[in-house]
Amino acid sequence: MSSMSDSPPRESFRLSQLIYDTRYRSLTIQVITLALVCVGIYWLVSNLLANLASLGLQPDFSFLSSRASYDITSSIGTWLVGYTNAGSHFDAALVGLYNTLLVAFLGIILATILGVLAGVLRLSRNWLVSRLMAVYVEGFRNVPLLLWILLIYAVFSEATPRPGDFRVGDDGTATASLIWNSIAVTNRGTYLPAPIWGANSGLLVAVFVASLIGAFAYRRYAKKLLFDTGRLLPMVWPLFAIVIVPSVLAFFVLGRPVTLSYPELTGFNFSGGFQLSNQLMALWLALSLYTGAFITEIVRAGILSVSKGQSEAAAALGVRPNRAMSLVILPQAMRVIIPPLTSQYLNLTKNSSLALAVGYADVRATLGGITLNQTGRALECMLLLGLVYLALSLAISFVMNVFNNSMKLEER
Amino acid sequence: MSDTHAQTAPYVRESMIAQQPPPLKEAGAVKWVRENLFPTWLNGLMTLIAIYVVWVVLSHLVPWFVSPTWTATSLSNCREILAASGDAASKACWGVIRDRWEQLLFGFYPSEFYWRPTLALVVMLLGLGPVLFGNFPRWFMGFSLASPFLIFFLIWGGPIWLPIAVALGFVLGVFAFRALVGVNQIVGVIAAILVPVLYWLFVMGPLVDTLASIAPIGLESVRSNQLGGFLLSVVIGVSAIVLSLPLGIILALGRASDLFIVTKLSVGFIEIIRGVPLIVWLFTASLLLNYFLPPGTNFDLTLRVIIMVTLFSAAYIAEVVRGGLAAVPKGQYEGADSLGLSYWQSMQLIVLPQALKISIPGIVNTFIGLFKDTTLVLFIGLLDPLGLTNAIRASTDWNGVYWELFVFIGVLFFIACFSMGRYSLHLEKKLQRENR
Repeated sequence: MSSMSDSPPRESFRLSQLIYDTRYRSLTIQVITLALVCVGIYWLVSNLLANLASLGLQPDFSFLSSRASYDITSSIGTWLVGYTNAGSHFDAALVGLYNTLLVAFLGIILATILGVLAGVLRLSRNWLVSRLMAVYVEGFRNVPLLLWILLIYAVFSEATPRPGDFRVGDDGTATASLIWNSIAVTNRGTYLPAPIWGANSGLLVAVFVASLIGAFAYRRYAKKLLFDTGRLLPMVWPLFAIVIVPSVLAFFVLGRPVTLSYPELTGFNFSGGFQLSNQLMALWLALSLYTGAFITEIVRAGILSVSKGQSEAAAALGVRPNRAMSLVILPQAMRVIIPPLTSQYLNLTKNSSLALAVGYADVRATLGGITLNQTGRALECMLLLGLVYLALSLAISFVMNVFNNSMKLEER
Repeated sequence: MSDTHAQTAPYVRESMIAQQPPPLKEAGAVKWVRENLFPTWLNGLMTLIAIYVVWVVLSHLVPWFVSPTWTATSLSNCREILAASGDAASKACWGVIRDRWEQLLFGFYPSEFYWRPTLALVVMLLGLGPVLFGNFPRWFMGFSLASPFLIFFLIWGGPIWLPIAVALGFVLGVFAFRALVGVNQIVGVIAAILVPVLYWLFVMGPLVDTLASIAPIGLESVRSNQLGGFLLSVVIGVSAIVLSLPLGIILALGRASDLFIVTKLSVGFIEIIRGVPLIVWLFTASLLLNYFLPPGTNFDLTLRVIIMVTLFSAAYIAEVVRGGLAAVPKGQYEGADSLGLSYWQSMQLIVLPQALKISIPGIVNTFIGLFKDTTLVLFIGLLDPLGLTNAIRASTDWNGVYWELFVFIGVLFFIACFSMGRYSLHLEKKLQRENR
């Protein structure tokens, strides 16, 4: 009996246990892996240092503060940074970053709109419409993005009228005309009316922001009321009225503080208004159309993934189709849609580096292009560029994860 | 009962009436149009808008496409033909395709050797057969394994002994493993890696030289920078996918494993690669890769690009395979464990065959994306189809030709990617049926 209470004899640790004993083996494997990876990294870094030494270079980031002395086509980025060619390389990189963010932001918005619209239309009962959407999706998905960018850029630069074509000739007509008398699409860029902020315009903006907040508050209140008492408040018209009416009233009461400056043909080019460069337009449209095609399929799959019983149950409860869509089907579809949507947003942001094809000054073109070539600091520039894109990717994933968590259905 | 019924009801039909055709509105084309094009007013409006859009697009594109310029030899010649036929309207100039299609397909590959890449394509398709379609004879796998070396030989040429000698290394590895695995599994694995590496490093070079001097059999060698066009796209895409498969599987296993350090290393690699655009990696390949190799190493840009694209696609393949690993039911892992199989045995015999089968559609989709992305190599000076359009425009004959080249390249990419996409859909459906 006493032998049973005895603990099993403790063997001393033997070296072979590192291989044969599952308790220690995982440790052995991990240590060996780590050692191999360290040796590999050491090999790469020592090669790198040897190569750099033979070239007489040392990793050094001080070039960032030296004068860039190159011009960047004026854009949102140059305006935000206040960039001139007297700025530093760091400023130039910042301009590029803003431009990348701008095209990624615009692209994500347009791609989402296109994708959701096309995704819903793709599921339409209408044979012709759903076929057209299928053609759109397959056409854009199966052809390289670069080809679309080049093609759309060629359309903008080769097939649009020159500014001179807008001049009224001797016969009283012009070869080209403004769209709605306010938008000029030319081979030098697209000119839009620009707002001129007069006195009191700050007040107008404040009114607009306040009415937006009011709209959100109304929505929250309506939702709370619905969940607490089951009473449904009308949503569309009140929201519309809350957002629009005060701003319009304020606009007239304050004596029209904001006016528009229209593009006008002076000499050989347009002046006034707001110029969107063709590079930005082509890149933006191509990115949105291409990503929109992928989002279409995601939205379609998401809506199809909600089982038919859900819409049938909603109908059986007497919920109208529109409301069933927004209250029953979409919240469930969103769960399926958001994760792949996130990766499409990431793809769009990364693909914005194809700006290279049209010469748009994004972060790759400034930091990874002109700065790199001027300073010859390939290693440092590529490292920073990689870190910028990694940070962007992580930021987008983070925001979308937060959004995903807020959309998650609470399961009991 | 029927009697009473006949007396109480005012009228009862005594005989069946003959079957009638359905009303006109509910049959044939009319019904189809009513149901699919004009079910509601709103839908009808959408149909009309869609018809208008189609009409606008086609009425602009079709006259442009139908153009009698197939025989033109230059852009100015094109304009003469169009002017002679009385068409002042802008029309396509298809002469450039007739003149340069071979260049778009093969780049600057020597034209007398065009049969070599063509044959290589046939070999590749045959070699992929057993992988893509199940019902192939088993001996065909041997051909599949040999096909990469054959393709390399056909495209790059040189003495035939080089690919044979490289392949011999793999055979040696297998033999070393078979011979020593009986002693100990780990010894077998180490031998399977060490023997071929030593052979490639020290024995292969002299062996190839002697064999080539004894029997100089081979094809005329073609330099990598002569590859271009779709040939280059296919070479980069296919070799990157094939080479990245083993690496991707290892990364996926690493990410799914319960070893902390291995998991973190795999996750780090995958996320860093996926977080940075391919262009940046390509520039890294062209500008920086030499910095990380022993001083004095310098090799061909195409090979550097293939290495970089392989690492890039390995991260994406790893994510696809991870999905496949997650889709294998947990019972399969537990079953393998309860049979007392080791980790590698259970992966090799139970889990991976199922996981990879599930992953094939995803791998095909990754390949489609990668194939499209191979066009990016134009930025580092390789002549992919889009890079060749610049080369073609640089000639005086075709200066100013845009749309025809874009259309041709786009259509070829579309055909390739669309058919691969359909194949992956077909595979997904088949898998669904089998798993039901």
